[in-house]
Amino acid sequence: MNAAASTTTARAPDSPAAQEEQSLLRFFTCGSVDDGKSTLIGRLLYDTRLILEDQFAALERDSARHGTTGGDIDFALLLDGLEAEREQGITIDVAYRHFATNRRRFIVADTPGHEEYTRNMATGASTADLAVVLVDARQGILTQTRRHAFIASLLGVRHVVLAVNKVDLVDFAQATFDAIAHEFHSFAKDFCFETIVEIPMSARYGDNVTTSSDRTPWYSGPTLLEHLETVPVTERDGPFRLPVQFVSRPNADFRGYAGQIAAGRIAVGDAIVAARSGRTSTVRSIVTADGNLQSASAGQAVTVVLSDEIDVSRGDILAAPAERPHRADQFMAHVIWFSPEPMLPGRSYVLRTEVDSVGATVTALKYQIDINNFSHEAAKSLHMNEVGVCNVSTQAPVVFDSYRENRSTGNFVLIDRFTNATVGAGMIDYPLHRAANIQWQALDIDRNARATLKHQRPAVIWLTGLSGAGKSTIANTLEKLLHAGGRHTYVLDGDNVRHGLNRDLGFTAEDRVENIRRIAEVARLMADAGLIVIVSAISPFGSERRMARDLFDPGDFVEVFVDTPLEECVRRDPKGLYRKALAGELTNFTGVDSPYERPETPELHLRTGGHDPAELAGQIEAYLLRR
Amino acid sequence: MSDIRSMAEAKGAQAAKPPLDPHLKALENEAIHIFREVAAEFERPVMLYSIGKDSSVLLHLARKAFYPGRVPFPLLHVNTGWKFAEMIAFRDEIVKRYDLDLIEHVNPRGAEENVTPFTHGSARYTDIMKTEALRQALDAGQYDAAFGGARRDEEASRAKERIYSFRTPDHRWDPRNQRPELWNVYNGMINRGESVRAFPLSNWTEVDIWRYIQAEDIPIVPLYFAKKRQYVERDGMMILAEDPRLELLPGETKHEGVIRFRTLGCFPLTGAIRSTATTLDDIIAELETATVSERQGRAIDRDQSGSMEKKKREGYF
Repeated sequence: MNAAASTTTARAPDSPAAQEEQSLLRFFTCGSVDDGKSTLIGRLLYDTRLILEDQFAALERDSARHGTTGGDIDFALLLDGLEAEREQGITIDVAYRHFATNRRRFIVADTPGHEEYTRNMATGASTADLAVVLVDARQGILTQTRRHAFIASLLGVRHVVLAVNKVDLVDFAQATFDAIAHEFHSFAKDFCFETIVEIPMSARYGDNVTTSSDRTPWYSGPTLLEHLETVPVTERDGPFRLPVQFVSRPNADFRGYAGQIAAGRIAVGDAIVAARSGRTSTVRSIVTADGNLQSASAGQAVTVVLSDEIDVSRGDILAAPAERPHRADQFMAHVIWFSPEPMLPGRSYVLRTEVDSVGATVTALKYQIDINNFSHEAAKSLHMNEVGVCNVSTQAPVVFDSYRENRSTGNFVLIDRFTNATVGAGMIDYPLHRAANIQWQALDIDRNARATLKHQRPAVIWLTGLSGAGKSTIANTLEKLLHAGGRHTYVLDGDNVRHGLNRDLGFTAEDRVENIRRIAEVARLMADAGLIVIVSAISPFGSERRMARDLFDPGDFVEVFVDTPLEECVRRDPKGLYRKALAGELTNFTGVDSPYERPETPELHLRTGGHDPAELAGQIEAYLLRR
Repeated sequence: MSDIRSMAEAKGAQAAKPPLDPHLKALENEAIHIFREVAAEFERPVMLYSIGKDSSVLLHLARKAFYPGRVPFPLLHVNTGWKFAEMIAFRDEIVKRYDLDLIEHVNPRGAEENVTPFTHGSARYTDIMKTEALRQALDAGQYDAAFGGARRDEEASRAKERIYSFRTPDHRWDPRNQRPELWNVYNGMINRGESVRAFPLSNWTEVDIWRYIQAEDIPIVPLYFAKKRQYVERDGMMILAEDPRLELLPGETKHEGVIRFRTLGCFPLTGAIRSTATTLDDIIAELETATVSERQGRAIDRDQSGSMEKKKREGYF
């Protein structure tokens, strides 16, 4: 250990009195690879004597085995707890550590620097008050520095420390430090950070981490720890919000709404509104296991009992009537994308807020934000680690605040319907009221009335499969069968539709999503008119088939997988398209250079080998009769 | 309840409870929120109950989260058959006192193949009697969510784990590909057979646990308190020598001393510490000057470097 590491901030056993005054600061380290993030936290833990003897012994052993610091202790190994991280010497996922001084408690998240793991960096940043952005003094500001500072600002982090690290390797040159600080301030000035404090340091040797370094005599500001201990973090508070987690009904006499107060304060007798329905009531009691409370405020987990029986369920927000959250099914939001599969406008995702979950599509990607100069650029899709501004439309109204006003009621994540992975995170800007001005016109003749007249139960038979699998032939045969039986039918053929309704669409993933969305909506109108609709379309993506399914009542959507092996389709090649695709004359061709996601649980799985179309169509008809 | 001590009972006085320290209150609120999310979102949750101090805190928080309702899921105790006798007595008392549903599972292979920590070594034994047994029990109950008492401060791979830790149908954890988990928004969407392990105590430290036990007067197993006990020294650990199944090896003798346990697992694999801490105040004071971490007394963590991650990837909690 080098001399600069003498410590002044040992953690004395705190007295109970000191305990109560200690506030909590949640911060995280970020920046590019090898800027020394993990090393800095290791240094903080070591200097505040938070590393215990057996942990230190393990660290010495690990440093000898995996260390990247020659003979010295490699502090990064304290945090890089996964085997893959130790082997590769990189941080993959965020690690959380706790430490305390006499003045404050800290939860620090060590986040990865690689662009590939931006999702894990965002995970660590989403709950933090302060970001320590590290910069290697030799490298200066890099793309990752900008990206991380930008994402921190998007996620509402209010304080930044610019840690200009490894100053020992630039001979403690003030000019280098000043230049980096100047560059950072010039691009971060529009990020709405409340404070930006730059500190020259060497995490490895401890300069200006917990003790002032005499090797930077030109620097008179605080050490990192001093700043962390004193930066003011008062919680921004707003009007009362209680997102309802569940309705507690242990017996017939009790009905309470359980949740954690997201903002504001409530007292017995206060008026509240259930934001979804707009119904109002007053608070009869605030129940906790420690006894009923007269009042409760942000952060507390409570169960609220109201004076009136109004309709409140999970996903609703109990709120102050004078300052209600928004209720809308369209809004604009900033979205950070995490998945290797790009975000496609028109594709249906599950939108999850703290307590609500609803189907949603991005109706328009307004622009993407370039990380290098923060300019707005037109884009058709959002790729991994990109940030965009989108219009989002939900299948049912959701209640929310803008993220700027409330970090917990203004956020959401997007979940892939197929893999269930969390693929994006959103910060809501404001509601859009376009749909709200167009009321649904109620009509007296409904779907049932139309269907009854036709003596049939409407349905959508959705044939999916590779090009050349036999979908159109089966659709044609099936329609003849049904028609002969007196059924009113219509075939929506993927190719035919592209001659008219979808003539403006090509074959990119974005356009394929929109193609299926339009076909599904038309099929819905036709089913509403009482018809049995036969759709014949490759529909290669599971997400869109799921979206189509969700438009219909259970039982009315019959997914039929026309399963013909690719080799057989290539051999048949009825339109000569495989030949062209394989020769490279045709791109984005399903099965050749564009994927086909096989249905996992279709209603009917037709293995076509050895069966003629009439036989296969007969199987579908039999299924319809059984319904 | 004579065997189970909580400090108020030990002192024989019940003073009005002072308000909880804001730090502990915040941890409590967060844990309650997690409990409620899981109960609202999953069809068949279960709570792993291992009888130790963390499980005791977990159970206390579960009862608070659903008050005035009953805890809406069963407790699952994966019994290796080699737990301290005092732990089993404590468990049965708690289940009765709080009207809980307890499911106990023992891997039948243990008896069939006579798997013991002595014959199979700690690594193999843990694999069969804990990891495999846990998988059997979770499969049998078709649980889609399981609460555990793990804390991020325990161990380096735990520090990396999400609050909702996704597991494949064969219970594996993929540390390289965890779902992003922003704010307090938890993605509980799973397909059939998959499951989630949920960790309400993720952000608690060992000292937080003890302070909370003290503040909330939570009953814990008496083995945590110092007392004169018989032990043998083995592999550098003090092993409790009160169970007739512990056979002395050549050269070993029983000692008697004032010892206690900082962490509790299976008696042949858990080392005691020399301590005179007979109250929670003593324990907390001792912790604040401790120079070694709590898992140092657990043989299974020392089998190999990175051994916790390895076990977790195979389905261990």
